[in-house]
Amino acid sequence: MNWVVQNASYVGDSALAHLQLSIPPIILSFVLSVPLGWVANRYRPVRGVLLTVAGLLYAIPSLPLLIVLPLFIGTGLRSPVNVIVVLTLYGMALMVRSTADALEAVEPDVRQSATAVGFSPWGRFWSVDFPLAGPVLLAGMRVVVVSTVSLVTVGGVLGVNGLGLLFTDGLQRAIIPEIVTGIVLVVVMALILDALLVLLGRALMPWTRATATPSRRAARRVLATA
Amino acid sequence: MIEFRSVTKQYPDGTRAVEDFSLVIPSRKTTVFVGSSGCGKTTILRMINRMVDPSSGSIQIDGKDIGGLEPVALRRSIGYVMQNSGLLPHRKVVDNIATVPLLKGVKKREARLQALELMDTVGLDRAFADRYPSQLSGGQQQRVGVARGLAVDPNILLMDEPFGAVDPLVRSDLQEELIRLQRDLDKTVVFVTHDIDEAFYLGDQVVILKKGGHIAQVGSPAEILADPADDFVADFIGANRGKRALHIEETATGSILVDDDGRPAGTLTGSVPAAGGRAQP
Ligand SMILES: Nc1ncnc2c1ncn2[C@@H]1O[C@H](COP(=O)(O)OP(=O)(O)O)[C@@H](O)[C@H]1O
Ligand SMILES: [Mg+2]
Repeated sequence: MNWVVQNASYVGDSALAHLQLSIPPIILSFVLSVPLGWVANRYRPVRGVLLTVAGLLYAIPSLPLLIVLPLFIGTGLRSPVNVIVVLTLYGMALMVRSTADALEAVEPDVRQSATAVGFSPWGRFWSVDFPLAGPVLLAGMRVVVVSTVSLVTVGGVLGVNGLGLLFTDGLQRAIIPEIVTGIVLVVVMALILDALLVLLGRALMPWTRATATPSRRAARRVLATA
Repeated sequence: MIEFRSVTKQYPDGTRAVEDFSLVIPSRKTTVFVGSSGCGKTTILRMINRMVDPSSGSIQIDGKDIGGLEPVALRRSIGYVMQNSGLLPHRKVVDNIATVPLLKGVKKREARLQALELMDTVGLDRAFADRYPSQLSGGQQQRVGVARGLAVDPNILLMDEPFGAVDPLVRSDLQEELIRLQRDLDKTVVFVTHDIDEAFYLGDQVVILKKGGHIAQVGSPAEILADPADDFVADFIGANRGKRALHIEETATGSILVDDDGRPAGTLTGSVPAAGGRAQP
């Protein structure tokens, strides 16, 4: 605890830097995965290719990718852009599949009746398919959030600012509290972001909590008072 | 008036769902397509709002070929109700009913007010307005579906086995309600079912279909019952058996009608007709 108090501003700066590196890939991977997932769901032959590429991408270890990528996109090794691009790719590797699955899980009856009453294809996607895919999209994003927050630490090995620095620095100088602080803060940050995401989901998808039928609810009330 | 002119539909996988189908569906009447599963009822119905386009032949609504109409606009002008309601699970009942008016640009407040009135029309308590569809019973969901179908006051209402998935008691409630509605609203209703009793109960014109959308017989329920076109129709409507094959039996206290299984089915009211008359059920 002593160590944390003495180094409060260093720890705070690292946490903030970590957060700043985590948020953009989380948002970007979501935004970019929606159209790709739509394509994968819509065009069967493309689906196999896209999902395989995504799967392979996720199998590439992150450290080598962080080192190699700057050669292709021309950023510096320690540039935040490098980390953000790599983590966006990992996020997409997870989310493209989730999006395709989420869209596929939308009830065909509902889709057809939406078409039947006169939604245009574009209108139907945004008003029907996309919101109904929400719960599965949310589940996918929760994995992306946790995975991204933990992967940002790899940047520490390259000297990119963030909580990863607490591991590398702590290891080099054998400061156990520094290492422990790094681990705890990464976990806490992942949990907080995850919780925020769940709350956001509840606010945006009120219908998901309204599934009990009145009769079932009445039955529960009877059981509760019995 | 809706007119099919030698319409054929072949799906991309080669299935010929409907072959050379021609029929006139009169305005402001209920026409019921009845036939067993897979005979092409849904395909025929969906060609009316261009959910399915015919491979050949043409369909006209009031003399206008619908092949030249914009599908989305056409669908917004025709009511559609399907089995399992097809309601949007993420929208409240009132917003489900208001779906099409909202799509057409009606103000939200106005559309909601109108949706509440439609809830009265179809016999749904306004207290359900802010529920989600999953919080309603199957029968209530179908009422919402009917209200949604009526929301733009369409001339044509397409109904694809709308009461197929609810239990028999609720179904007969819904059927009565539809007849009452139709008396007030005077729509051109095209109704699909596999239940011949439902077809006879609801239809002004009943179309009995065989596989491939081939018409076995068209006529009013009375015409079909009195004179089935062939053995297929006679068998399908059960003319020679069960509760349709009624005969008069004299009892100590008067004449009653008895069905094929010997169960009393009712009495004759009025004078006993000469042969060929139609009995009250
Ligand atoms: N989208 C489709 N692709 C291929 N075949 C279809 C499709 N829709 C229906 N069919 C086939 O066309 C025939 C008629 O189907 P349908 O119109 O749904 O019949 P019904 O509504 O009377 O049960 C069936 O053999 C069915 O399998
Ligand atoms: Mg059908």
